[in-house]
Amino acid sequence: MSHKQKKVAPVSRLYAFLLLFLLCSVALVARAVNLQIMDTEFLQEQGEARFLREVKVPTRRGNILDRNGEPLAVSTPVDSVWVNPREILQTPEDITPLAAVIGVDAEEVERRLSQRSSREFVWMRRRLHPDVAAKIESLKLHGVFLQKEYRRFYPAGEVTSHVIGFTNIDDVGQEGLELAYNDWLQGKPGLKRVIRDRLGRTVENVEMLREAVPGQDLALTIDRRLQYLAYRELKRTVLEHGARSGSVVLLDIASGEILAMVNQPSYNPNQPDFDSGGLRNRALTDVFEPGSMMKPFAIASALESGKFTPTTPVDTTPGWIRISGYTIKDHRNYGPIDITKIITKSSNVGVTKVALQLEPEHMWNTYDRFGFGDVTGTGFPGESAGVLRNYRRWRKVEQATLAYGYGISVTVLQLAEAFAALADDGRLRRPSLIQGATNPAISVLDPVIARQVAVMLETVTGPEGTAKAARVENYRVSGKTGTSRKASASGYASRYIASFAGFAPSSDPRLVCIVMINDPTAGKFYGGQVAAPLFSTVMSGALRLMDIPPDNYEGLLAHAEADTPGSEQ
Amino acid sequence: MNARLIVILIVLTFVIGSALGVVHTRHESRRQSVQLGLLEDQRDAFIAEWSRLQLEQAWLADASHIESKARDQLGMQPPGNIRILVVKP
Repeated sequence: MSHKQKKVAPVSRLYAFLLLFLLCSVALVARAVNLQIMDTEFLQEQGEARFLREVKVPTRRGNILDRNGEPLAVSTPVDSVWVNPREILQTPEDITPLAAVIGVDAEEVERRLSQRSSREFVWMRRRLHPDVAAKIESLKLHGVFLQKEYRRFYPAGEVTSHVIGFTNIDDVGQEGLELAYNDWLQGKPGLKRVIRDRLGRTVENVEMLREAVPGQDLALTIDRRLQYLAYRELKRTVLEHGARSGSVVLLDIASGEILAMVNQPSYNPNQPDFDSGGLRNRALTDVFEPGSMMKPFAIASALESGKFTPTTPVDTTPGWIRISGYTIKDHRNYGPIDITKIITKSSNVGVTKVALQLEPEHMWNTYDRFGFGDVTGTGFPGESAGVLRNYRRWRKVEQATLAYGYGISVTVLQLAEAFAALADDGRLRRPSLIQGATNPAISVLDPVIARQVAVMLETVTGPEGTAKAARVENYRVSGKTGTSRKASASGYASRYIASFAGFAPSSDPRLVCIVMINDPTAGKFYGGQVAAPLFSTVMSGALRLMDIPPDNYEGLLAHAEADTPGSEQ
Repeated sequence: MNARLIVILIVLTFVIGSALGVVHTRHESRRQSVQLGLLEDQRDAFIAEWSRLQLEQAWLADASHIESKARDQLGMQPPGNIRILVVKP
């Protein structure tokens, strides 16, 4: 019995084992249920996180085009190279060829990567030359990747740089229209989910989370040919006269569209130099005292008051006048002249005598209607409004100086806007840089008075005027010179701003052009000597390129008949 | 018993059929995503080419470029007053 008992295990032990196994399997099942049902979401996420990646799909920034569809800013895809320091540091021998291809010191790279060894993403070099990118691709290095990005090119370079501006390395606008219209130009990068293997290669595209939206193109009113012409001539003038800076603005009168806007000094937007003072679009951001260029507006105000007509006599003898201790002088004594002659000869004394008979409020009102002291509304970043003080604070002498353009600050674009209104029978249009902008004309001056002032302005380029150099062959030109002394800390220095504002053809004005040359140091400083010749070359080129028929061809027809005797059929 | 067998067989056929279908669509989607990748690469290459050509054209059509060619290489100059005839409207 005892022997038999030894051989057969007690039933209780059997049950004990069964129970143990049962408990084990229950535990396993419970755990499985727990993993499969309770924690499944968390685990799935964790699992996918090991190989699923969300990847940005870069998108193109919109191009900027001129009025004829010529590109002024173009984005083109390029490759940027980045590395995963954790991976590349495992195979340090890969660093040397990489460094050699992108032209940097291998030891330096290794040190930099060691410092960032805990990171997974470090840019090596952005916006590579396509050849370099191809070389890196062919090396097939461990932990080195290429990422597609877009690089911005500005084919017109420094000619359009102030208007267009530029973008930073992340394709965000920094200056000019690139900044003002950044949201419009910038696309929305897409997002896609991909499966990546251990080496970071994309194995499979899982799904598109967000479609990439490319940026929209921006069409400007600028004409690249006119912009180049204005830029070339401005640069030449600034160099020739040793000037500190300068601006030219060319405006289409009928639409208020800016055809050209150039400044000196400039910069190359493909490689902007942030230290230089050339970044500003001076035609819009910098203000100056316009000098005699304001006289037409003072005269317009005088004609409006009803006290004067273009032929009202004004005695400017003896060529100077004293007002509250200040002496206002003319170039020389013009004697008794009329209102028209005040503009022709640019008489400070004459315009002062006229202005002092006007109500300050009325004169301020005329200036204000022409847009002085008010931003032109182009939406350009950093645009200045200029300064036009309220008439309640004018003293007598201030009212006099305002008539010939001191004590007021304007931008070149404001002058262009105001002269365009004078040329267009008193209809003022806000200047625009972007095509398709609606800018209805506002009537700011009686058309009869506007025409009277325009006739006076034509005498400026006439035989007795101050700006014979502004004439354009075969066209009638109207305009006004300006030569203003620059204000400095110790009063007015003997440094000047030479300027000219004009429009053509006088019989049916189409284009207005403002020239401003700051601080010419090479001897000549009068507007008629420095700015008027520049106006003439820019205007003559612009009239030709815009296909505007000449309005002064009587002499030309005679010429042609006299000089082609039967040589043509 | 017989009816049950038939039901099982039918279900089995469906299971195998749908399994093959899954394999097929899976393969198809891989193939198409490869195709998509290729087309996207091609599109990017075309965009790159297009913007390169635009830049090249802009450079060739650049006024300063044309001006220097016309003046220096071809000896051109603006016509004088004498050679312009105005057709009266």
